[in-house]
Formats: sequence, structure tokens, C-alpha cells
Amino acid sequence: MIEVRNLTKIYGDHAAVSDLSFTVPSGQIYGFLGPNGAGKTTTMNIITGCLAATSGSVSINGYDIFEDADKAKRLIGYLPEEPPLYPDMTPYEYLDFVAKAKRVPKAEREHRIDEVMKLTRITSVADRLIRNLSKGYRQRVGIAQAILGDPEIIILDEPTVGLDPKQIIEIRELIKSLGENHTVILSSHILSEVRALCDNVLIISRGKLVACDTPENLEKLFSGSSTIELTVRAEEDEVRNALSGIINILEISYKKVGDDGRAEVAITTDGKEDISEKVFFAFCDIRRPILRMNHVRASLEDVFVELTSAKDGAKVYAEKQEDAELESMSGDGSDEFYEGPGSEETEETGNEGGDEQ
Amino acid sequence: MRAIIGRELRSYYNSAIGYVFAAFILLFVGIYTMAINLKGYVSNFEFSLGQMSFVYILAIPIITMRMIAEEKRQKTDQLLYSLPMGMTRVVLGKYFAALIVLAVPVAIICFYPLILSSYGKVNLLSAYGSIFAFFLLGASLISVGMFLSSVTESQVVAAVLSFIAMLINFFISQLANLVSASSMSSFIAMAVLVVVLSIIIRLLVKSGIFAVIFGLVCEIGLIVMFISSRSSFEGLFPTVMKGISMFDRFYSFINGVFDITSVVYFVMVSLVFVFLTIQSLEKRRWN
Repeated sequence: MIEVRNLTKIYGDHAAVSDLSFTVPSGQIYGFLGPNGAGKTTTMNIITGCLAATSGSVSINGYDIFEDADKAKRLIGYLPEEPPLYPDMTPYEYLDFVAKAKRVPKAEREHRIDEVMKLTRITSVADRLIRNLSKGYRQRVGIAQAILGDPEIIILDEPTVGLDPKQIIEIRELIKSLGENHTVILSSHILSEVRALCDNVLIISRGKLVACDTPENLEKLFSGSSTIELTVRAEEDEVRNALSGIINILEISYKKVGDDGRAEVAITTDGKEDISEKVFFAFCDIRRPILRMNHVRASLEDVFVELTSAKDGAKVYAEKQEDAELESMSGDGSDEFYEGPGSEETEETGNEGGDEQ
Repeated sequence: MRAIIGRELRSYYNSAIGYVFAAFILLFVGIYTMAINLKGYVSNFEFSLGQMSFVYILAIPIITMRMIAEEKRQKTDQLLYSLPMGMTRVVLGKYFAALIVLAVPVAIICFYPLILSSYGKVNLLSAYGSIFAFFLLGASLISVGMFLSSVTESQVVAAVLSFIAMLINFFISQLANLVSASSMSSFIAMAVLVVVLSIIIRLLVKSGIFAVIFGLVCEIGLIVMFISSRSSFEGLFPTVMKGISMFDRFYSFINGVFDITSVVYFVMVSLVFVFLTIQSLEKRRWN
């Protein structure tokens, strides 16, 4: 378990990290998200003891990273932004050095090194000089170094940077399997990666923690105004008239494409209700075909942009959470309320189906 | 710590550095032994050692320049910080590895007096005393070089800095003799020295206030001492410089004096600069 309390790091007159607090429970994969310069690397460096905090504390399984540095560091494997490799050594020599420095018992050493080399698939380059290895292999040697000695907590700063797509998939699988019995913190600016790998996301911006939640919850909270994209064969007036009955619509944009009467329509809704069915039947009523319908929900990307571009992202996040709580409190009532129209619609579907036949 | 020593030794002897250093020392010991002992019919091996000791000015930076600077440039210092061992053990490991690199040619030199003694009478005691002092001198110069390597990220800058430091160390007592022995000139020279020290402190610590306070305290102390006992300043500057110069202390061993205070001095210098190196690395975490 990692506990970070009121962490602040000031460089000169610039606060790289200010008053950051969070807790990472054991056995989970945490993703660290933030734009460049948000303080991700600084925070990771402080957690691993590579950097001293101006104020605040970090404790690893109860050991303070400064007071009990040796005990705390023995629990951590760290891959910094740039893998810390000695170019004049071979991966095997290098891992042997790290194993000795981490005080892996002599009897286990060889076996452990073989194990991590197999996991990171660097066995084939074990006897080549690191200087001559490609970026992808170097990154993997760096990861091998971090997981050597089986530390409980593994901290990876942008682990997939510089890898080709196949290697990225391999490394992600490796991280996923590590996450089964380790605590993993990884930073990344690739959102899909965080989405795929992490149980929880920490978003930081300007050195402050903005949000900490599961990716699914974040997306739900920020689903706010969702958009429905349509390709239809209809004139603009027809579209606007047909949709005028649906109250949840905020904005409609219409654009003609091609000569065969096709048009792209984007409908922005307030997101309180899924209106795709209503849209479908509205076009049925005027007997105009919908050729394509795509429901665009807020993705983690939008959440990220909204939170990190806001001046006070944490406030935006808190407001969203409050809204969500209010909604869930009135949730029981509204569900019943919706049941009525819902069943009506299904009846309608039946009718329409009948009409078409 | 053994892991660090092993890694360092590997890197000294995987590259040419370890061999070049040993060859450099042995080449000059060989030349001077031939010129003084063999051609000059002098039986004192320590004289050759004394004559060639200037080689350290060039040889020590060869092994110390990369010690810490290279770690910083490669960003491998991050690994050292995150490993479960303190900076003390890292720095000591590096220092001991460099001492082993130094000990290799010194161990070979140990055979020379024996070889010479089979052709005539050699004072083995003063010869081996001098070899011991030669090693101590090298050890303390390495600690200085290691510290200077820790203040920069560039090997070249580290090499130039330690070259200058060795050079000053070598010539300082001769230069100090140029200052006249009067108490006034000694006082002025000391005052200038304090200013230079303050500037060096300012550059290393990057704290102007600390340097100014250090300078002021020392200058005031000097003035007070100068007013209270003017006579004690007579010839003080050259004496102080002779005391500081490590090469000068080494020469007393050459002259057949096994000076315990100098042994203590060498050990102290090594300890101080190893300590400063540790602090310099610890400080990096706070910036």
C-alpha cells in the first residue's frame, strides 16, 4: 500500500507538485494521467525516493521513504522515464548487478534473472552490449530491472514509450499479469492504454490531484452532453421538423454530403436520457431512412481534456460527483416515471412494425 | 557495496581506462628508475618516485572524470537512488574501486626496490615508506577528483576541473614562496585566499548568502588575529600553503621521514572529500 500525504515539491518559485494526497491499495493497477509538465514524473520520483519532497510524506507499507529508506525501497521496483542502463554492459551483466544491489540471495540470483528475462523476452539479446540494443529492447531491459527481485510495488514511468505496436501489446499483457499479484502504478499519456490496463485512474494537472476514480465511473460522470451522429437521406427542414418533438435535444447541425440527397446530422443532447430510439421513430414517421447512427459518449479522452484544461479541475470533478449523487438520490422516482413512456414506445414499435409489413 | 565495486571495476577494465592508467604510471616510473637508479647510479628508489609524482596531475583525472559525472549523464544515478542502499555505500563503493585501480600499478612498483636491491644496497624501508605515501597521495587526489566529478554532468568538465585542482596542489607551495614573508603581505594573501574560497563555495553550493557569511566570518577572524598578534602572520601564508599541499607532504617521505601527521592528513582529506561527494549526490535529490 502506498500512502501519499500532502506532497509538495517546489523548484525555485515553481511548484511542480502541490499538496498531493492519495492512497494506492495493494494489488491494483493505478494509472497516472496528466498533460506534459503536470508533475507525474516528479511525483513518481518522490515516491521511489529518487527525489526529496519539499514537504509531505510518502509511506510504503508503513515504511517512510526517507526514514526507512532501505526497507521502503526494497518493496519498490522503478522504471524511470529514461531506462537507467549502463551502455557498456550486457543485459545479463546489468541484471546481475541490479540483483546484487537489491540483495537477491546468491542461490536464487541466476534463476530470478532468467525468469525476468523470459518475462520481458530479452533472453535472445542477453549477451549483447546494451549500447547496441534498439530502443524497444532497452525499454524491456529497464522493465526487467524494475521487476527483478519480485518487489511488491512496481512503478513504471511511461513504460510503452518507444515500442512498436506488437511490443506495446506484449508489454501491456505483461503489466496486466503483473497486476494480478503486484501493486502497479504506471504513468502514460496514452489514454486507451490506461483505459485498458488500469483499475483506477489518477488524473493530475498543474501538480494537483484532479480526480481519482475508475475509468468507467469517470466516463459515466462526464457523459453530460452526448452526441448522436446520423447519416440520413432528408432535407434540412424535414429533419428539423421531425426532431422538434424531442425535448432533450440541445442543438442540431445539418450538412449535405454527396449528390444523392445524403446528409450528415449531428444531434447534441443534454445526456439525461438515451434518445436514439425516439430519433429512429421520428424518422420512421416521416418515412425517411437513417443510413447510419452512431452514439458518441464522453470517452476518457474527453474527461481528460475537460479536467485538465479547466482552471480548477478538482472543483469540476467535485461538482460532477455532487450532481451524480443528487441524481441517484432522486433516481428511484425518475426510473418509475420513465417506465411509462418506455412501455408505450415498445408498443409503438410493434405498431410501426405492423405498418411496415 | 560489493555490487558497486564489481560494476565499477568491470567498467574500468572493460574499457581502456584501467589499463591506460596503469600503463601511464608504470611507464613514468620505469623511465625515472632507468634515468636515476640505473643510469645515475643512485640507490634510492624513492627519488625516482618523487620525480615522477607529477604524473598524477594527468593520470588521476583519467580515472576520476567519469566516476559520478557519467552516471548523471546516462541518468543511471536514478537507478542508484532507487536501489535499497544509501548514497554512502554507493560513493564508498566507487571510491574503493578507484583505489583498487590505483593499487594495481602500485603493487607492481613494489617489486622495483626488490629487483634493484639484488644489484646493490637499497634502503628498503624508505623505499617502501615512499611507495606507501605515493599510494596515499593518489588516494587523496582520487577523492578530490571524485568530488569534482560529482559537481558536473560532463566528463570533460570534470577532467578539466580535477586537472586544475591537481595543478594548483602541485605548484601551490612554490607559488606561495613568491609572496614575501612580511606579516602584511601574508595577511593580504590570506584575505585574497578567503575571497577565492568564498567564490568556490558560491559556485558549488549555489547559495550566495552562505558564501558571503563564510567570507565575512573568515575575513573578520583574520583581521582580529592580525590586530591582536601581528607577528604571528610572518611567513604564515607559505607555511599554510605547504601544509595544504599534498605533494609537499609526500616529498617529506621521499626525504626519508615517515611523517605520521601527513598520513593522518591524507586520510582526512580522503574522508572529507568522500563525505562531500556523498553530500553532493544527496543534495541533487533536494534540487
